[in-house]
Amino acid sequence: MEEVKLFGVWPSPYVYRIIWALQLKGVKYEHVEEDLANKSELLMKYNPVHKKVPVLVHNGKPISESLVILEYIEETWPQPPLLQQEPYDRAMARFWIKFAEEKSIAFASFYVAQGGEELEKATEEAKRVLKILEEEVLGERKYFGGNEIGLIDLVIGWIALSFGEIEEAVGVKVMNGCDFPGMLAWIQNFREHPAIKANLPKHDELLAYYKQKREIILASKTA
Amino acid sequence: MSKGEEEVKLLGAWPSPFVLRARIALNMKSVRYEFLQETFGSKSQLLLQSNPVHKKIPVLIHGDKPVCESLIIVEYIDQVWSSPPSILPSHPYDRAVARFWAAYLDEKWFPAMKSVQGAKGEEERKALMQQLEEGLALMESAYHSVSKGKPFFGGDRVGYLDIAFGCYLGWLRVIESFSGLKLLDHAKTPGLAQWAQAFCAHDAVKPVMPETDKLIEFAKVLMAKAPPK
Repeated sequence: MEEVKLFGVWPSPYVYRIIWALQLKGVKYEHVEEDLANKSELLMKYNPVHKKVPVLVHNGKPISESLVILEYIEETWPQPPLLQQEPYDRAMARFWIKFAEEKSIAFASFYVAQGGEELEKATEEAKRVLKILEEEVLGERKYFGGNEIGLIDLVIGWIALSFGEIEEAVGVKVMNGCDFPGMLAWIQNFREHPAIKANLPKHDELLAYYKQKREIILASKTA
Repeated sequence: MSKGEEEVKLLGAWPSPFVLRARIALNMKSVRYEFLQETFGSKSQLLLQSNPVHKKIPVLIHGDKPVCESLIIVEYIDQVWSSPPSILPSHPYDRAVARFWAAYLDEKWFPAMKSVQGAKGEEERKALMQQLEEGLALMESAYHSVSKGKPFFGGDRVGYLDIAFGCYLGWLRVIESFSGLKLLDHAKTPGLAQWAQAFCAHDAVKPVMPETDKLIEFAKVLMAKAPPK
């Protein structure tokens, strides 16, 4: 009897990656919602090094770090595959996953930029990263993974999940239709995929979350 | 020509722990390759072409295809030259544990180590050294639970986590030398001390592990070139 638990926090994009992966693989699991201000004993036991979510627990054995969890899911439940079989293709997928992960700081900077020059710089950097993703990684493909969703889509999936709400909270549109037709098409395809569609937060709730969080962060910056 | 028979080149530099990972992996699989050393302070055309995104070493060029990022290269090598010895553990859970610790080392532990020399003042240096020590205590515990009494993280043979961690040993010795503090030794981390000895003596590691004295000289050159604070 397989027992799969996912410790997570709404609306963490790192947790959503895992939710989507489990859904795509058809894996039944129990979701355990954590309160980051009051972490459970179980979470501390399962992830003593980082004390963070997501944590996947499979038959009592914990795995932490979303990218590590994704590779574990891929290896444990191989169908449908989310990584190509060819070594070079896998290496390239992993390369872009690492790239996207490292560059996500550009979007974090955008989110907390305090207007004026800081916001302008952050907007430019975010656009630069999106351009690379659109032109060099996505290209003419339906998904980053090719004809089907792959791990890269799940990792970059936070853009489809919440970048719109983040743009609204900041009050700056980064990804407009003229400059990023590829990314916008991808967002639509991604969000409409049955496994993803069933696992997306409500716009209003998400927007309220990001607006409120931003206010708190900016207030503490000027304090 | 089969995939395993195509020409292999490795762009790198002898002091780099990341390049060392790739070299150890290639040695473990007995892959013949051409080692193209980058000149310190400049980047070759080949490097700029092969890794336009990051312009960093190591880059493995297999046939005409470049593979970048040291741990990605190690997994690639393990997959292409798939006959034993395996580098990644065979069970998905063990692979997850190995990848978890490699990520910890790269994202938390090594950045602290890199920052020690550039630390502003004694307070900051002390804090960083403490972080390194705490990290080593974690790795000592991980070593015991992962190796299960065998010499390496990979068990009887050197594996992914041995390579991911062992590549940092040279630079760890440099930090110890400059600070006068022992971080990894028989008193503080007995398991790791034994492991480090076995790792450095391994056939795949010994020919390519840089000597600590040479790294110390290199570090001095780096520090002399660093802009004043």
